[in-house]
Formats: sequence, structure tokens, C-alpha cells
Amino acid sequence: MMNNSNSKVREPLFHIVKRSKDALPTWKSWLIRGIAILFSLLVCALIIVLLTDQNPLDVFGALVKGSFGSKRKFWNLLQSLAMLLCISLAVTPAFKMKFWNLGAEGQVLIGALCSMVLMFEVGDRIPNFLLIAAMLVSSLVGGIVWGLIPAVFKAKWNTNESLFTLMMNYIAIQLVSFAIMVWVPSGSSVMGLVNSSTRAGWIPELFGQKYLVNILIVAVLTVCMFIYLKYSKHGYEISVVGESENTAKYIGINVKKVIIRTMILSGALCGLAGFLLVAGTNHTLSKDLAGGNGFTAIMVSWLAKFNPIVMVVTSFLIAFLQRGAGEIATNFNLNTSIADILTGIIIFFIIGSEFFLNYQIKTTKSKKEDK
Amino acid sequence: MKKFTKILAILLALVFVFSFAACGNKTDNDGEKTTAPASDAGSEVKADYSNIKFGLICLHDENSTYDNNFISALKEVQKELGLSDDQILIKTNIPETDACLSAAEELIDEGCNIIFADSFGHETYILQAAQENPDVQFCHATGTHAHDAGVPNFHNAFASIYEGRYLAGVAAGLKIQEMIDAGTITADQAKIGYVGAFPYAEVKSGYTSFFLGVRSIVATATMEVVYTNSWFDIALEREAALKLINDGCVLISQHADSEGAPKACEEKNVPNVAYNINTASVAPNTALVSSRINWAPYYKLAINAVANGESFANDWTGTIATGSVELLELNDAVAAEGTQAKLDEVKAQFEAGTLHVFATDTFTVGGKTLDTYLADVNDDGTFTGETEAVSDGYFHESEYRSAPYFDILIDGITEV
Repeated sequence: MMNNSNSKVREPLFHIVKRSKDALPTWKSWLIRGIAILFSLLVCALIIVLLTDQNPLDVFGALVKGSFGSKRKFWNLLQSLAMLLCISLAVTPAFKMKFWNLGAEGQVLIGALCSMVLMFEVGDRIPNFLLIAAMLVSSLVGGIVWGLIPAVFKAKWNTNESLFTLMMNYIAIQLVSFAIMVWVPSGSSVMGLVNSSTRAGWIPELFGQKYLVNILIVAVLTVCMFIYLKYSKHGYEISVVGESENTAKYIGINVKKVIIRTMILSGALCGLAGFLLVAGTNHTLSKDLAGGNGFTAIMVSWLAKFNPIVMVVTSFLIAFLQRGAGEIATNFNLNTSIADILTGIIIFFIIGSEFFLNYQIKTTKSKKEDK
Repeated sequence: MKKFTKILAILLALVFVFSFAACGNKTDNDGEKTTAPASDAGSEVKADYSNIKFGLICLHDENSTYDNNFISALKEVQKELGLSDDQILIKTNIPETDACLSAAEELIDEGCNIIFADSFGHETYILQAAQENPDVQFCHATGTHAHDAGVPNFHNAFASIYEGRYLAGVAAGLKIQEMIDAGTITADQAKIGYVGAFPYAEVKSGYTSFFLGVRSIVATATMEVVYTNSWFDIALEREAALKLINDGCVLISQHADSEGAPKACEEKNVPNVAYNINTASVAPNTALVSSRINWAPYYKLAINAVANGESFANDWTGTIATGSVELLELNDAVAAEGTQAKLDEVKAQFEAGTLHVFATDTFTVGGKTLDTYLADVNDDGTFTGETEAVSDGYFHESEYRSAPYFDILIDGITEV
């Protein structure tokens, strides 16, 4: 991929050159993204026409309606966005450090489990604010422990963190299943709403909006993470370790310390997400509670190039497409698979456009006809 | 820049061309659709259904046999009652979390006046939605709370599917008897395999009734049950079926929602009894029969009640008589001779009320006859039984509450 232009024997028709930094003016890069989205819509339209009897414009209308069709849908969008963004913020420092944390799903689940232990076992025996505070702390600790174990192994024995974190997910899933089996002896594996009459351990509504607290917490977190990564010494150390461990060592950064410290942060934020999912959203526990967001978060983080503010946009994009997909399926009586195909195409084109933003295609002889 | 605007213009033009092409298609199709249902003159008194808007919330989508059973029945009812497409809203892949409440709320915003959720774990969210929206009727399949929750607009429904499973068991028993008579297996080898989802009353009641149906024909039959701990997992269900076949099971049935087990049986040429779908298309050489809850009668009951402004039962159990419990087509290529006649005979006994699936003289628990059992009918979170379910010589399943509560492991069945 590096540089094909040196080959003199046989000139290829085109070669791919990496663009130098800031080579593209901003308007041009956004134009390329815009064209990619337009292309994706065109392919989607083609698929809609070929596979269904629907009018593509109606289908695109439903895509938008899924998030903006009513006030409630908009709040639901903000809630999905906030949850996805929270987990994305959690994995970002680790990814920026090039520590491939694929264990967000498990770290979130452990956070959720820790909250549920208190919510279920302590219930309304202590004041609600105390219970919620205790749940928050226990979730943070749970997430930290789950993130710390692979980090320590990586720092001490240089184990492969992707495999390690990935397998920790399964342990978390089994622990959650086990806990539910103990709590629900009937064998149905369904906890249902916990404390639905007392609402003990439920984050209270704010201004009549049940998701507002979640959304505000994640908003504050986003700004903090942006400042932390961009302006703090810790943030600087993370990016140096990510660029080159040897450089980091050379300038006197304690790489092991940075790895462990960053994973503590990453795990804690995943734990926070687990807490918000239990106390602020679902009020139940199930092994599917994280809903795959632990993995989707990786895409959100990468697409935004680890910039927390841009991640608001990328997580909006994913949440918007997911909600739109459901709306399409319901409105047109289509199987959700077709809606997933459409959103998949859109995401594919958007990721594809990033390639053209980073690389340039140069034809060998510009005057020669293309075909 | 000029080049870009050109490309843009072409793209836009193409999008519009496709859109209009699609418009053309659509009107054609609508024209066809309006002519079709005219032949379906309803047999019942025609109510005015124009104010009905029915929202269905499904855990999975059509790929799950369980959810497909709800979806296809709703589409049948839609056709029969002449409801338009925008009177039916189906939300698929709704997990058993807050997403269920959100889905219900969005359906209410769309104007739904009946909302039906199909999965056990949806219940507490639907109950909450019912409490917050007293003008909307909420129905929930397999749930346990409506009979004593005291929420007038919250309803549970299920069917006496144990009778359907018993019938399927009779067909399976005749098949096994045929194998014994032909010398393929000995009477001692008459072991059935069962792929179950969760070790939960709904599943236990189901496999026990199936087993009792088999045993009414083959007295030596035994059964091995494997749990997948998931309602829908194609790979796990397949693995479970293969394990059971390896363990020497000569016939497989299941209560899990994919086609994993029937397909595995077809590969290994082992007869299979399915649930909720007719598997004859995927397993033409091994699919024997399948039992199914037909939800259409209940949908119609709820829709008619809402259309006429009447209230309807908070806890409803469909039966063979209401058309809620069905056997899907018996596969003559697999079934033993005389099966249909025997099934008709047993079915008549059910309808006459002379046969009880859980008659206590047909099974033992720990070597003893069951003469008392406190079932956990009132789901109050304590998981302790409080209702005496055994009287008049049989266990009264689905009588005190629609959702099954028979959760006893009887002799002859082993859980792996």
C-alpha cells in the first residue's frame, strides 16, 4: 500500500498515494463525504426498488421519521445516542493508546451486575439516594476490576489484550446468567422490572423526562473526556504511548503505568454505562443488556478518530440509522433484515469515503482514456 | 467543482427516476390487493373495525418460529376482518428491556388501541405501560400477572397447548411403536430426545405432556431433555439435537424457536416433532407432525371487544374448542399407519372432557403418585407455591391462570 510509484518495469493504470496531512481543504473533504452518502442512498434506492414494492423516497422518509417522527422518538434517539456514546467514550482512551479493548461489552455487564446486586438485595432498606450512590460506586469498581485484569497481564507479561478482553466478555455473560438463575428460581431467566412498586434504585425523572439524567451525565462526560485527552498531561502520555512505545520510554513515560491507569479509566466508564443501563434505563438485568454496543462503540470511536466531540456525530449516525431501520421495518411491513441491509450500505459508504480522504488515486497517464 | 456539480446532478436525477419507477410499481400492486379480500366475507357478525389500530411487539422476527406464529396469525386476522395495512403495526426484535416500554409508547403515539407483546420478559414493561395508559388495551402472551394484578386494561393469554403436545406425543408414540414392531429398535430403546429452551414451567409442562402422549402408546418410553438456555439459537439447538441423537434417542421434539433441531434430524434421518411451524418443507423425510397455538381466535376476541367498546377477560386460555390449539398437517410419508384415526379419537376425548393430560394415575414422581401439589400460580416474586393444583385425580393445568405452572420432573424423564 505504501508507494507503488517506484515500479518502473510496468506502469500500473493507477496507483494509490497517501495524502499528506491537511492536503484536503475542509469543504472538499465534506464534499467527498456528501457524495459518499448520496451514492449510498442511490444503492439503497436500487435495492429497495429491486427487492420491495416501496418508493425509496418514502423509505428514506421513514428512516428520518424513526428519530424525528415525534417528541418521544427524539427522546428515545437521544437516549440510545447517550448510551452508545458513553461506551464509546469509555473505549476511546484505550484505543488511542493502541490497547485493543474488545471487552467493553463485558465491562458494561459487570457494572450492570454490581448495580443490580445492590438494587435487588438491598432494595428499599436504605434511602434511595444512598442506594443509588452505592450502586454507582459498585458499578465503577466492577468495571475497573474487569478492565484492570487484562491491563495488568498486558503490562506485566505482555499478553494479547484483544483475546484477553474478548474472553472476559464471556465470563461476564456467564456470571450475569448465573446471578439471574439464583435470583429467579423458576428458571425463566427473566428478571423483569426490579422494584417496580418502590422504584428503589431507579434514577429519578428530571422535568418529567426519564432519560434526561442519563443524557446530561453523558454530555458532561463527553466534554471532560475531550479536555482530558486534548489538554491534560495524561492525555498527552496516552497519545505518545499509542504512537510509539519506544518513544514514550525514551522520553521517560512509564508505559506500564499509563496502560494500567488508562484501563482503570476505560473500565470505570464502562461500569458507569452499566450503572446507567440498570438504574437509569432498564431497571432489570439480562445478559443482552449491553445489546452489542460494546462492539458498536469501537466503530463510533474509530470513525471519529478518537475525538470525543466528533463521536457525538458518529454515535448520532449509528443511533439514527438503528432507529430508522426499525421504523422502516414497521412502516412497510418488511423484515428487519432489509432495513439492516440499508443501514449497512450507508455505513459502508461512509467508512469507504474515509479511504478517499486519506488516500489519493493517481492515474498514470491522465490523458489516456479510463477504459 | 464543475465536474462535481455535474455528477451530483446525475445522481439526483437517478434517485428521482428510481423513486418514480417505484411509485408506478406500488400503485399497480395496490390495485391487485384491493380485489383480493372481497371473497373473504367474514362468518361472524361484522363490527366496525375502522377505529382499530393493533400494535404487535415481537422479541425476534419472522425467522423465529415462535414470533412468526404470532405475525402470520395477525396477518390472517387482518385479511379476514378487512383491516388496512396502517391498522396493523408490527415491531420486531424488541428485547425484554426498557426498549419494550419505548416500543409500546411509540405505538400509543401512533394511535394504537390494542397492543400485544409476545415474549415472557416483556410483561413487566407492558404492565407498566398499561398502568400509565388506561385507555389502551394491553395483551401479553405467556404472562403470569394479569389474573391478580387488578389492572383492567392488562390481559394475559395462552392456550392449553399441553393438549396439543399430548396429541403430537400420540403421533410420536405410534411412530415409535411402528419402529418396535418392525424390529428396528427394541422396546427398551424407545428413548425420546427433547430440546428445551429454559428449565421453566412453560417448557416443563410442554415436554411432560408430550411425553405422556408418547407413553399412552409406548409404555416403556423414556425421555432425555437438553436445555439451550436461549429461546432462539440455531446452532445450539442443532448441537443439542445431535447430542440427543448420539445418546440413542430415536425421535426428537423441541420447545425452542429455530429450525436447528428439525434440520439436524433430517440430516440424521431421525423423526422429528416440531412446535409452531410445519417443518415438512425443511425436513420432508423426518417431519412427523407439529403442534401450534393459533393466536387468531384471541386476536379476534380482543379486536371485537375493543371495536364494540366491551371489556374482555384479563386472563384467557384458548383450547381445542376455541380453535387455539392445533396440530399442523400430519406428514403421511413419515407417520405410522392409522395415526390420523387415533388422533381424531383422542381429540374427541379432549373435547368431551373425558381425558386429562396430567391424570395422576398415568405418572409417578419419585416412585409415588402425586396427590397434592402447591403450584406457584400467583407470581408475587417469592417463587413459592400457594395454589393446590391436584384434585379429582388430575393436575389442573392452565385453569387457575393461563400460563402453564406444571413444573414437576416426573419419572422416566431425565434432564441433562
